[in-house]
Amino acid sequence: MTTEAIHQDVNEAHDDHDHGDHKPTGFLDRWLFTTNHKDIGTLYLIFSLTMFLIGGAMAMVIRAELFMPGLQLVEPDFFNQMTTMHALIMVFGAVMPAWVGFANWLVPMMIGAPDMALPRMNNWSFWILPFAFTMLLSTLFMDSGGPAAGWTLYPPLVLQTGTSFAFVVFAVHMMGVSSIMGSINIIATIFNMRAPGMRLLRMPMFVWTWLITAFLLIAVMPVLAGAVTMLLTDHFFSTNFFNAAGGGDPVMFQHIFWFFGHPEVYIMILPAFGVISEILPTFSRKPLFGYASMVYATATIAFLSFIVWAHHMFTVGMPLQAELFFMYATMLISVPTGVKVFNWVSTMWQGSMTFETPMLFAIGFVVLFTIGGLSGLMLAITAADFQYHDTYFVVAHFHYVLVPGAVFALMAATYYWLPKFTGNMYSEKWGKIHFWLSAIFVNVLFFPQHYLGLAGMPRRIPDYSPQFADFNMISSIGGFAFGATQLIFVGIVWHCAFRSKVKATPEVWEGSRGLEWTLDSPPAYHSFNTPPEVTCNALSRAD
Amino acid sequence: MKKENTIIVALAVLAAVIAATWLILVAPSLTGNEINMTKGVTQQSADHFDLHMIVLWICVVIGIGVFTVMFTSIVLHRKSRGHKAAKFSHSTKAEIIWTIIPVLILVVMAVPATTALVRMEDSSGAEMTVKITGFQWRWKYEYLDQDISFISSLASSSNAARQLNSGVVPESVDNYLLDVDHPLVLPVGRKIKFLITADDVIHSWWVPALGWKRDAIPGFVNEAWTNIEKPGTYRGQCAELCGKDHGFMPIVVIALAEDEFESWVSEQLAGKTQSDQQVTVR
Repeated sequence: MTTEAIHQDVNEAHDDHDHGDHKPTGFLDRWLFTTNHKDIGTLYLIFSLTMFLIGGAMAMVIRAELFMPGLQLVEPDFFNQMTTMHALIMVFGAVMPAWVGFANWLVPMMIGAPDMALPRMNNWSFWILPFAFTMLLSTLFMDSGGPAAGWTLYPPLVLQTGTSFAFVVFAVHMMGVSSIMGSINIIATIFNMRAPGMRLLRMPMFVWTWLITAFLLIAVMPVLAGAVTMLLTDHFFSTNFFNAAGGGDPVMFQHIFWFFGHPEVYIMILPAFGVISEILPTFSRKPLFGYASMVYATATIAFLSFIVWAHHMFTVGMPLQAELFFMYATMLISVPTGVKVFNWVSTMWQGSMTFETPMLFAIGFVVLFTIGGLSGLMLAITAADFQYHDTYFVVAHFHYVLVPGAVFALMAATYYWLPKFTGNMYSEKWGKIHFWLSAIFVNVLFFPQHYLGLAGMPRRIPDYSPQFADFNMISSIGGFAFGATQLIFVGIVWHCAFRSKVKATPEVWEGSRGLEWTLDSPPAYHSFNTPPEVTCNALSRAD
Repeated sequence: MKKENTIIVALAVLAAVIAATWLILVAPSLTGNEINMTKGVTQQSADHFDLHMIVLWICVVIGIGVFTVMFTSIVLHRKSRGHKAAKFSHSTKAEIIWTIIPVLILVVMAVPATTALVRMEDSSGAEMTVKITGFQWRWKYEYLDQDISFISSLASSSNAARQLNSGVVPESVDNYLLDVDHPLVLPVGRKIKFLITADDVIHSWWVPALGWKRDAIPGFVNEAWTNIEKPGTYRGQCAELCGKDHGFMPIVVIALAEDEFESWVSEQLAGKTQSDQQVTVR
């Protein structure tokens, strides 16, 4: 069957309204009790955008206090609460749920399934989150204040948090439960619901990267749950897991935390790799270069992510042999990551490119993620890390891979698939304005932080020596402008969903390939009630 | 697209990328601000600076290469110029090349990185030992061979200025936030071992000019060492978040010539005897 035939089929199913489109009518039925992958995906995306704005507001407080030397706005302890909460909200509330939202929307459509495999669990895994984050945020209003020991929650410091700490731990548990359920659902869907002919090595890269991400999540979220549970009992039940005075080991927490924490950074970035691998071929009008090596590179990165954790803690005083092992293993990650970057550039090479907003964000991703990757390679060098560690150089590095990395990929994905989701085109003019302002100000915000770190400014300090004043001020100006720019994004999404008069075609983009583009825009409530036949030329890969 | 065209565009893009690199890596230093790692005053800090520069330059070259190819493609291979998309989708040869070459580059990097690390971790042959204890939010220094010990806190001028809305302009305070009441005094040209630990939460002892930081962890005694080559005053800060005043526990090291250090030691011991006597009298 050709692509057109599939398309026709879906249209017919859509037209007689018996199979595809029976949305629940009441508001609560539609949103609170929903088991539909698209509705749940929408909920996840709205939730993560809300969290992105809340976490962003906290970043504004941080940058405002750091605008110049001296304390002008907040007490140091509140500053520490802001850095801690900013990270927890952005990692667990903004980036991760956003990827789960896209997975919910896209995985069934990309593999030719009607819905996710476990729709009721899907509902539950979403509806846990608003409660978890309400609880986490509520700690800011408690007498003892929110957590202020950094998102890494290192003991013994974190054990000095007041009673609000119990709420933090429970919130982390709930986020973990949500993530694990979401991952199980994605794995079950990918393994059981693929249309005939959608062999594993034919799946779109976004599906592949999410499959691997889901395994990472299942492997490490229980580890985090274990670590915070031990903190909980150390704090409230007089255990001594991490208390040296009681025979415990504070460094052990760091090992456990980073055994979770390093795969966690790939949990945030692998789906981004998938999105970029979808978008670049579309706007280059050329198949993805080296599909198979992209899959293997992703799997290699995922494997390596489990054996590099201690590079986050080179300064705790490990034996020389351990430092060498973690240095070499960390350096190795740059090989599969390099393969990905080279493959993306080769995808663009000799293409027929156009530069709509998703493509701009994707190119921005490749450039700026590469910068973040290269500073990551520098950080891997243990001896030099004795200088870099816990400075603004590290802050610059991980913000480069997370903001113009993961967040730019999320923006790219939004512009790329939003017309599919809503049936309307967004405003290309405003999309481009959003891109250029974001791309400029994200660099004004984070690039000077490299200089600050190298010149000796430690991270997580509310006040600093005047020698660091100039670049902090530039960084703060970039931060305010970048933050304000994101309000444009909210406007664009709202306009696209509710106001836009320009209807999207099923293909949306000239060069788009893949099953989701054979469906209407917006697609029927249940995507594929009869499995489509998967032919090579319907997919984004050529061979 | 003619081949010469591609080469001309690629060269122009290369020039632009190099200009952009200069703009972000060199130009900011023209403002008079420090933007690079210090070379420091020890063998270790020099090692770490060299290592940093080697890896930085390798990264810069890789970055320039990747971005030149990418932006050349962005200039040339666009639909608006009527460029038709090629059909290729893989090349085993190219993929093997760009797997192996990075591995070779990593091996080249690993050699100096390993040497420097092995040298850094060799604390044998130390001629004196100082125990450093971090606690919220001060450092305690104990000279184990000289029987001297004292606590080092943020200087009172900085402490007054750093309060919320203190009204004091930080620039008017000498060495704002980087000054202490009792600096750590060390001799130059002597291998000094540090035993680093903490009393309450984890801290990290960092003086950039010495070239490293090492965590101070309750229940653990970490070892590190230095051999300062040049007399002077070197400033640093706690580098591990340790609570509300983490930003306010600086470190000041004063490195003295051998004889000056010895007279400082005798002064301290004399002062100590005096104060002991005072205690007895009282």
